[in-house]
Parts: sequence; C-alpha cells; structure tokens
Amino acid sequence: MANTPTPRVRLPAQAKSGELIEIKTLISHEMESGQRKDAAGKIIPRKIINKFIAAFNGKVVFEAEWNPAISANPYQSFFYKAVESGEFTFTWKDDDGSDYVAKNKLTVA
Amino acid sequence: MKLKAVAKTRREALALAGIAGLAALIAPRISLADEQAVAAEIKKLYGDKKIESGKIKLDVPEIAENGLVVPVTVDVESPMTEQDYVKAVHIFADGNPLPGIVSYKFTPACGKASASTRMRLAQTQNIVCIAEMSNGNLHMAKASVKVTIGGCGG
Repeated sequence: MANTPTPRVRLPAQAKSGELIEIKTLISHEMESGQRKDAAGKIIPRKIINKFIAAFNGKVVFEAEWNPAISANPYQSFFYKAVESGEFTFTWKDDDGSDYVAKNKLTVA
Repeated sequence: MKLKAVAKTRREALALAGIAGLAALIAPRISLADEQAVAAEIKKLYGDKKIESGKIKLDVPEIAENGLVVPVTVDVESPMTEQDYVKAVHIFADGNPLPGIVSYKFTPACGKASASTRMRLAQTQNIVCIAEMSNGNLHMAKASVKVTIGGCGG
C-alpha cells in the first residue's frame, strides 16, 4: 500500500457523566502477515500494526496487541465510561516504527 | 521409486508405503498451530494456574464464509471498578500458523470489558479466550468456527 494508513475513529462528541460510550476505530493497513508467498514462492515479509493504544487526557485506558491473525484494515472497538471532558489520543504502532495518531474530543455535560 | 529399492520384501514395501502415506498426511499440518501450541502460550503467560470457566462471552460466527475477515467480540462479566476489574484478555486460535490473535489490556476506565475486532482464520478451528481478573483469577471460554475459505497463506 503506497498511501499512509489513515485512521478513522467514531465516537459520540458529547456524553452524560457516567455514560458508557462505544468507540469504534478503523485504520487502512494491509497487515502483511508474513505467511503469504509471492508468485516466485518467496515469503512476503511481515509488516503489521502490532499495537493499538487508547489514552484519555494522557492516561492509557485501553490497549490491544495485534498478531498477524488480525485482518487487513484492522477494526477495533471498545468501551469507555465518560467521567470528564477531555481528549482521546489513539495511537497505532507499525512494525516499521511509525506511529499513526488520531485525536478526538469528548465533552461531558 | 526409492521405496522399491529399499524394501526387500512385499511386507517391508507395504510398511514403508504406510509410513510415507502417514507422513504425507501429517506434513501439511506441521506449519499450523494446534491445541498444544495454544496450551503452551497460555502456560507461558500464566504457568500452571487454575483456570475456571464462565464469565466470558465469546461471540464468533458458527460458520465463516471468508476466513480473511471473521468478526470476534469478547465480553467479560465484571463490575469494572478499581477493586474488581478485568486486567487482560487474550484470544488464541488453534489452527492458524501462529496461535496468538490478540491481547487486550483493560482498565477500570473502560466501564465494560468488551472489545470487537476482525481476524484471519486459516481453517476450521477453535478460538480460545482467557481473561485475567484484577484479583488474579483466570477464566476461559472456547468456541469453534467453521471456515469455508481459509484466510492465511496463498
């Protein structure tokens, strides 16, 4: 994939205090498993996003370690209990060392 | 054929052919993980600690037409308070080239120990899920998925 992976995050902009919100994330990435062979029969080297981290106001709330068994364009959803207003930082860590970051604000009324 | 050159009698030839046939049956499976590989992964994480069943709802399709994208949702019953919450959840597959699928770390801030993703499955197999509670208790759940078109290799 020539393009840089683009993360997409869906979560409500506003929530009531104590409300449980679902956060859905998707990032475009081929997730090359390292198990496939090319036309010449050589194994295509592994290149996946191995970690996803969700932090709220700088504090890590959820982490996922992905193995090659995660599908291409990995989807990840999880929950968060809204307590205060602030900002989410979502980080995807690639095998090649790059980080893809998305930020989303949450207002708690 | 080499077999004929080695075997002197008919009985020997039959025995050798049997071994060769057996080897051919086993060989393609060697590169895939099995139940023992999953057990070894769990042992690496938690040693010989006792694992109870229950508390985990593992939601996978019974039949997956496309092994490249199989949805998986795990839901662990827990109040998710500072005193009592789900610390980690690990999901394994016993028929993939590598047993590990995903490992989650939850915090009480999640409010609910639930997560969904999509995985690749090479063939029909079992999905094993282990949850570690904040008090150290372990729980396990298992589900089998029938895969029509495999999702690894090529």
